[in-house]
Amino acid sequence: MVQGKLAWRVGRLAEVRDETPTARTLVLDVPGWPGHLAGQHVDVRLTAEDGYSTTRTYSIAAPADGERVEITVQRVPGGEVSPFLTEVFAPGDPVELRGPVGGWFVWRPASRDPVLLVAGGAGIVPLMAMVRARRQAGSRTPFKLLYSVRTPEDVYYAGELRRPEAGLDVTFVYSRKGPADWPGEPHRIGVADVNNAGWPAEFAPQCFVCGPTGFVEAVANILVALGHAPRRVKTERFGPSGS
Amino acid sequence: MGIVTPGFQGRARSADDKLPPGQYLVEDFPVLSAGPAPRVRLENWRFTVTTETGQKHEWTWADLKTLPSETPTVDIHCVTRWSKFGTSWRGVSLDTLLADVDTAADYVMAESHGGYTTNLPLEDLLDGQAWIAYEFEGEDLPAEHGGPARLLVPHLYFWKSAKWVKGLRLMLDDDLGFWEAAGYHSYGDPWREQRYQGD
Repeated sequence: MVQGKLAWRVGRLAEVRDETPTARTLVLDVPGWPGHLAGQHVDVRLTAEDGYSTTRTYSIAAPADGERVEITVQRVPGGEVSPFLTEVFAPGDPVELRGPVGGWFVWRPASRDPVLLVAGGAGIVPLMAMVRARRQAGSRTPFKLLYSVRTPEDVYYAGELRRPEAGLDVTFVYSRKGPADWPGEPHRIGVADVNNAGWPAEFAPQCFVCGPTGFVEAVANILVALGHAPRRVKTERFGPSGS
Repeated sequence: MGIVTPGFQGRARSADDKLPPGQYLVEDFPVLSAGPAPRVRLENWRFTVTTETGQKHEWTWADLKTLPSETPTVDIHCVTRWSKFGTSWRGVSLDTLLADVDTAADYVMAESHGGYTTNLPLEDLLDGQAWIAYEFEGEDLPAEHGGPARLLVPHLYFWKSAKWVKGLRLMLDDDLGFWEAAGYHSYGDPWREQRYQGD
């Protein structure tokens, strides 16, 4: 596959949605955007008055929808870009984007294999694009989502994920503090969580794991130990150091 | 110059000439890989160079450890924009491993346990530019960073430094490896910011 040069395009912020006190979804209109697959990324370039510019890569939070691109940005205290994008960047303001990027950690609606999504914290973003792509396509492919998050207040897309949806099972694991009606103690995700919330290995699901490095390593190793073929476990790291 | 985004100021401008364009410095060592880390047992470990005529040169773990090692200290640059300065490694130079390999090939496909591949020009592996590395900062290379042994080619973006390397396939014509076929640049020079195909 040979691709032409990925062009920078000028997008404008159309609307914002606050997901948590520290995470904001940015909906951008990007004329000429070529479309993307659920799980792909976009590079966002910010340029200051004096010409200084810097680029960050964000997972796209929603499936292709014309010239719309949605990302969700977690504010990192002291960060160079995320405080700007979540606090200053305002509807109507321009920003440069190029993409889509990445062709491995993607879910295609034509796929019929059952799907397990395992998210750690902000790692939910590309997995949410897959959940939404399934809904957008009217797919009946069964999905299970296991979402590890510190507290209920840290859940992204909370209203959408708590709404029942046929063929989508959502399980939350809280690592610091659970809601009052949550049966169990806060804990880091472990073998039992993945075993109970996931598919038996014999079903040969596609597994997508996204979160901080330690989380991804742990979950990927658990899936392999539970008998899932390593090549069916796709991983992506998500963290402030850009890993 | 790009389109100015109103209100964006950015950090203090760094004039660090060791940092390629678009990179920022990290102190930790982030992990990036497409799937679970393969667990490779040393007694089964082999490193195989296969020439374009099918001739094979093979080293066991014990063979590798008896070859003269080098201890390069190098800066590394990941396409996901982090760079790390002054990383220290121990490994065997590709000049040593390829010394007796007779080939007319110009390209190499590095192949890893777990199925990962990456393509490089052969000349980028020679003349003291590349190693099969098995220690990082004085310790055995951990599995999440590609242990027991990985390719180390620090002058290219770090995805070219294939983790869990098991061999090199010499090729007369270039071909695309795993990330390269997914749209990343075929060569990957961080100083020319060759991130994606066409850059």
